[in-house]
Amino acid sequence: MKTSYLTYKKPFSISSFFLRWEWILVGLIIIASLVLTFLSPHFLDAVNLFDMTFNFMERGFLTLTMMFLIISGSMDFSIASIAALSSAILGKVYLATGSIWIGLLAGLLTGLVAGVVNGLIVTRFNIPAFVATLGTLALYRGIAWIILENIAITNLPQEFTFFGQGYIPGTIIPIPLVFYLILLIPCALILHRSTFGRYTFAIGGNKEVCRYSGIKINRILLTIFIASGLMAALAGAFMSARFASIRADIATGMELDVVIAVVLGGVSINGGVGTLPGVVLSLFLLGIVRFGMNLINIPAQQQIIVTGLLLIVSVYIPQVINRLTIRKTI
Amino acid sequence: MKISTAKNTLGQRLITLLANFREIVIIVFTLVLILVVSLRTDTFLTVRNFQDILLDISIVSIVAMGEMIVMITGGIDISIGSGLALSAMIVGVTLKNHPDTPVILAVFLGIGVGIILGAFNGFAVTMMKVPPIIATLGTYSFFRGLVFLVSGGVWIAAHQIPDAFKNFTLQPIAGIPFLVILAVINTLAFFVFMKYTRFGRQIYAVGGNEVAAKLAGIRTNFVKFMTYTISGALFGAAGAFWLSRYSIAANNTAGDMHLQAITACVIGGVSVAVGGVGNVVGVILGAFLFGIINNAINLIGISEFWKEALYGVAILVAVIVDVTITQRLQKMKTERKGE
Repeated sequence: MKTSYLTYKKPFSISSFFLRWEWILVGLIIIASLVLTFLSPHFLDAVNLFDMTFNFMERGFLTLTMMFLIISGSMDFSIASIAALSSAILGKVYLATGSIWIGLLAGLLTGLVAGVVNGLIVTRFNIPAFVATLGTLALYRGIAWIILENIAITNLPQEFTFFGQGYIPGTIIPIPLVFYLILLIPCALILHRSTFGRYTFAIGGNKEVCRYSGIKINRILLTIFIASGLMAALAGAFMSARFASIRADIATGMELDVVIAVVLGGVSINGGVGTLPGVVLSLFLLGIVRFGMNLINIPAQQQIIVTGLLLIVSVYIPQVINRLTIRKTI
Repeated sequence: MKISTAKNTLGQRLITLLANFREIVIIVFTLVLILVVSLRTDTFLTVRNFQDILLDISIVSIVAMGEMIVMITGGIDISIGSGLALSAMIVGVTLKNHPDTPVILAVFLGIGVGIILGAFNGFAVTMMKVPPIIATLGTYSFFRGLVFLVSGGVWIAAHQIPDAFKNFTLQPIAGIPFLVILAVINTLAFFVFMKYTRFGRQIYAVGGNEVAAKLAGIRTNFVKFMTYTISGALFGAAGAFWLSRYSIAANNTAGDMHLQAITACVIGGVSVAVGGVGNVVGVILGAFLFGIINNAINLIGISEFWKEALYGVAILVAVIVDVTITQRLQKMKTERKGE
């Protein structure tokens, strides 16, 4: 009997369910946690665990839009630069007007404009996204340098820094974590339950077919780039709030961490494949690993050795797993 | 490919002009730029300054040749700046600890380091099948981290480098600094290599159509692996030259070298969108134009903080112009077929 491809659903099997990438990530998180518990008796402490999330929630925000970008077969290397640029604008407008909220609005607007520019370069001129955003990476960071030179803006008001450093009153839950969890819901719905999400997967899977099916590829890509710019501005604002200071060199190299987290979460670098739970799990796995590296006193400059290698390995491992599972099913 | 300009609109003529005579357009643009800048400042059009420009361009041109062959195969190498810094740092640390190391040995140490790093890139791209942009972005941060590890966070300063090594690149031979001569030899060698050797042609073939190249019996993976390794050898050598020319190896050495090399390539007509397009003459002219712009920025008195933004603008403009020309030409060709 022949089953059409679209209606065919794989029969449930326990082995394939547990061979899913998400479960492997869960296993790795457990292993990493066990190792850290051995290294430090204070690791398994609710306060510590919640506090640890402060360090990677900005990356968490960025993974959400980066996930859409990579699934659609695109890329945005300029996010860290957008975060720096929009924070710079935020700081400058705050100094000029005295109101942090007008500053925040200006910062978010900057992110929006930066996203529009990225999106237009990629869609109108048909430039490969990785080259275009490599250019805007330098451009946006450069504008941040022009605006701030080598000074730092400090003395941000407390009602603003609260969002980066504070907790939900009366609990030990950090504010950035709450924002991340709130953002997860629309992202999950859009990616896995909406037409937009389906189109995102479709564009990453086969652009030509999408074009012939009448999907407005450019409009969808532009939307994702704008969302990415906005999210980068939001991450930049949270980062300035957390550090209570704004400098032109904040978030340098963060785009690598974000790409690593997304790819390690099971999103195919070639586009068309990925799930939100995988990305969330890999974000926490990487957060724990980074926490561990700090715990055993590896300096930040040397941690980039690990991040660099991890990026290559995180793209390589899924291929190996694919090869193994394909052999199994055939 | 020459396309007749008869019976075309002005815009179409401009496009074909740009495409057919790209090299001449770059030269004219460079000359105009030189004229404009020399009117603005007296210090630009001096022998001393042009020697500086040539020395700067020499290093960029050497790594740009490596970037070119990688880009012609359809890849990209982001790691050259970090690789250059790592090679410079390893040579620097070696010279600090063994000041009596012969100069030639130190240079070959740099090249050796570069070959290992480049081979690692090649391995990641061809064996592990990691997309070039991701693989070299990974090594971009991996190599930079190793620089910190090797240096321990400390710079190699001028007084720690033996004089013999510091002098060898700046030593004039017939009035021309040795480094410039090396760069010219390197460029000529690549010109011959890309045009007249079997391997050079294979690089174009792999970039033009990988499947066809494979079916024609070219070992495409080997060719790609070799381009990354050659790129590595070049940035390794450039690291040693950098240490000699600037007498310094810092942790942030050459942080934007990949942008400079890619921009030089793109100005010179190496395509980022498709492989198999580009030539040595274009790239060397691109490096020259970029070097002049770079130098002029400093002389006109634009603040150092503007540099990164200008690099970004340069690469974006170069890519947008290049891709637009290519697409217009394609469109004109199909229109002509339709007639």
